Amino acid sequence: MSLLAGLRRPRSGRVLLDGESVDKLGRKEIARRIALVEQQAETSERISARQAVELGRTPHLAPFTPWSATDDDIVDEAIRNVGMAELAARLWHTLSGGERQRLHIARALAQQPQILLLDEPTNHLDVGHQIGLLHLVRQQGLTAVAALHDLNHAAMFCDRVALMSGGRIAALGRPHEVLTGERIRTVFGVDVDVEHEVEGRCHIRYRAPGSPIAERPMLKRIS
Amino acid sequence: MIGLTPSLSRTSASLLALVVLLVALWLGAAIGETAIPMGVVAKTVANRLWDAGYGLDALDEGIIWNYRVSRAIVAACCGSALALSGVVLQSLLRNPLADPYILGISAGASTGAVGVAVLGIGAGLLTLPVGAFVGALLAFGLVSLLAMRAGRGHGAIILAGIAGSQLFNALTSFIVTKAANAEQARAIMFWLLGNLSGVRWPDVWLAVPVAVVGLIVCLWHARALDAFTFGTESAASLGIPVRRVYGVLIGATAMMTAAMVSMVGSIGFVGLVIPHVSRMIVGVRHGLLLPASALIGAVFMIAADIGSRVIIAGQVLPIGVVTALVGAPAFAVILSQRRTVRCSPLAMCRGRRAGFRSSGMSRSTSLRASFSASWGRTAPARPA
Repeated sequence: MSLLAGLRRPRSGRVLLDGESVDKLGRKEIARRIALVEQQAETSERISARQAVELGRTPHLAPFTPWSATDDDIVDEAIRNVGMAELAARLWHTLSGGERQRLHIARALAQQPQILLLDEPTNHLDVGHQIGLLHLVRQQGLTAVAALHDLNHAAMFCDRVALMSGGRIAALGRPHEVLTGERIRTVFGVDVDVEHEVEGRCHIRYRAPGSPIAERPMLKRIS
Repeated sequence: MIGLTPSLSRTSASLLALVVLLVALWLGAAIGETAIPMGVVAKTVANRLWDAGYGLDALDEGIIWNYRVSRAIVAACCGSALALSGVVLQSLLRNPLADPYILGISAGASTGAVGVAVLGIGAGLLTLPVGAFVGALLAFGLVSLLAMRAGRGHGAIILAGIAGSQLFNALTSFIVTKAANAEQARAIMFWLLGNLSGVRWPDVWLAVPVAVVGLIVCLWHARALDAFTFGTESAASLGIPVRRVYGVLIGATAMMTAAMVSMVGSIGFVGLVIPHVSRMIVGVRHGLLLPASALIGAVFMIAADIGSRVIIAGQVLPIGVVTALVGAPAFAVILSQRRTVRCSPLAMCRGRRAGFRSSGMSRSTSLRASFSASWGRTAPARPA
């Protein structure tokens, strides 16, 4: 993720953004095109929810350019898009983990990027917030690249999945093509049943080690 | 603030700040061992600046112009510079306890200055402020290196700073004991505690440019400092060239601290307490916090200087003693208040949980968490 966001330099190879090497672009230029949501970025400052989102305008403002009404509109819209309009005035430390993560996404949206990078965005969230958050990201109509641990989240929300193993891409493609029982067993060492659903989506059921292999064949659900 | 015709309110706020600063300087020049009426102060300044030609007692005029006005101006610059350094260090290091004094920068500057003054390092080519600047950078470099070696753990930089200040203070004492004569030694020890008595006009020509340049450099980076709210990684992803900003701002901090230390010695608590007080008044946005801290720092330092002259009649207390006498209790109050407001148990468990991965985690949260943990108060946590 850091490589993609241009935060670290690759030891070998190149990261290209619209055909240009990320190394050649300035930090500011990258930040106008790529926004990164970390897994858990915290602060102890007494900032409000809105102020946190306003930080997203940083790459668009020069040191002494005043804050404009346009910036206000962009921030308002970003906050509305993540459904946090009612909590905008609340102080950061009074918000729950899920709310904070939504605000990080709003902050990223305020950067008006072409690409949204999410580094394990659902860590430490309860399942309601996990699903809500990923659904929210999908709704934004942006290219989003997310690192996810939960295979079912990947299967539910992603158009394309890259399965990483030992720092390399083991497979890349549509979820049902990538997330096969065999591959998951090789990469993660876990036995699973994969249920295929419509539109190339699938659902993965994990099996505890040593439990008997299901006798029924893989289900192909028709609905 | 935002939306309410910011340009208009900004102008009036700047004007107000200027008025407050002038009044403080005026009082600084009027109050002292020999109280001089405010009118005389105004007339002296008018005489000197615009040849107003008021008939005044030459002694009064001399005291005010040669002694008190310059002293008040240097005090104001010193307060601003230290407060700005504190804001910058606290934001960049994301540590509420960071300030040039605690991180050993002041101690390093003292060693540098003493090295030049007593040992004659640089053979007359290096001036006192330059020696102090080199010492300050050296100290900060050493402290950062130690903090990095000690790991990213909570408060590593503070511990490293304490070690650094001890080392540099020891070096200073060593140099003084070994090389200085009794007269020099006494003068240096008095200066080390912070002392404005020796300040004259030539000092003003160093203090004012340094404070003004420091303020401009900091204001230039106000948005960058805001972007550090969620850590360095987050700042970088917001388009901040982190290394360059670090370099420039640490350089500016070292320059401000060094210049002030070379003139008035190392003064504690201003850099630590003023930023916290300012945050309580104007909030955490650096666009407002930086000028507010500079103003409050300036006014506080003038007040402390007045205090140092009048608390014991006929004797001048080192100003560092006054700032510590006011600053230490103020800091205790701030720390205990913040514990209830900002140091929620939520932040505490977050700090612990993130400790496993530690990379992007706020050191400050965890540091304060360790404070509250050691004070043993717990309250029901809000579910994340």
